Amino acid sequence: MNLSIDVSEKNDVHEVKLSGEIDVYTAPKLKETILPLTKQKGATVKIDLEKVQYMDSTGLGVFISGLKAAKEYESKLILVNLKDRVFRLFDITGLKEVFTIEDTIRGGK
Amino acid sequence: MQEPFDFIELKIPAKPEYVGIVRLTISGIANRLGFSFEEIEDLKVAVSEAITNTVQHAYREVEDGEVTVGFGLYYDRLETMVSDRGGSFDLSNIKQKIGPYQPDESIESLKEGGFGLFLIEELMDKVEINNDYGVIVIMTKYLHKNGVEHNDDQISTTQ
Repeated sequence: MNLSIDVSEKNDVHEVKLSGEIDVYTAPKLKETILPLTKQKGATVKIDLEKVQYMDSTGLGVFISGLKAAKEYESKLILVNLKDRVFRLFDITGLKEVFTIEDTIRGGK
Repeated sequence: MQEPFDFIELKIPAKPEYVGIVRLTISGIANRLGFSFEEIEDLKVAVSEAITNTVQHAYREVEDGEVTVGFGLYYDRLETMVSDRGGSFDLSNIKQKIGPYQPDESIESLKEGGFGLFLIEELMDKVEINNDYGVIVIMTKYLHKNGVEHNDDQISTTQ
């Protein structure tokens, strides 16, 4: 029950690969990683959620703060490889309208 | 009203690192009752949201708070109670804040912590909140949606 965060940079794109669970315990660490990246002017931050087994509103909160920073610093926040379960949260809350979400994985559990 | 045929109680320190333990527990209980994979995932999110509320709340006030989680296993449903004997929060204020993102809202106005209670409401069949002594959230999920009428798909408050 932890979250591992792997950050790499390729062609000016910061890729953040997440693996594990995003909840009240792991969200602060995630926020500490994502915020400084989205605060780099003009940066592109790609968050790969393929290996996220669990996420709740604390994860939504982290991504919302990332999105706010992206607006302010003219960077881009992109969420990729969302499993059905994770995408569902963005769907129910209506947040899929404000986030850039690419490549959801159908039927992923 | 049927009597519960089993009741399980779990008491955890009001600390973020223990919320995952409750997810494991509810997963096992819901699986035992015959809930589907999807429903179990819903239950995990809902119970985590309720505990996250109390953990974040308790954290600000007392370091050594506890959260009690009770599971009422009925023939047709699972009732999950999350109780925080610590401080109470302003319920009407919280209820005003919940709801999905509206297209006319600006991103700046989005609350980072604003979706917890909304998700509980969406993922469970019935949610009751009692704010008399601390906060008790009672969430019900029915086993078989067909054949039973559930018109009470909303948050009710017993003050």
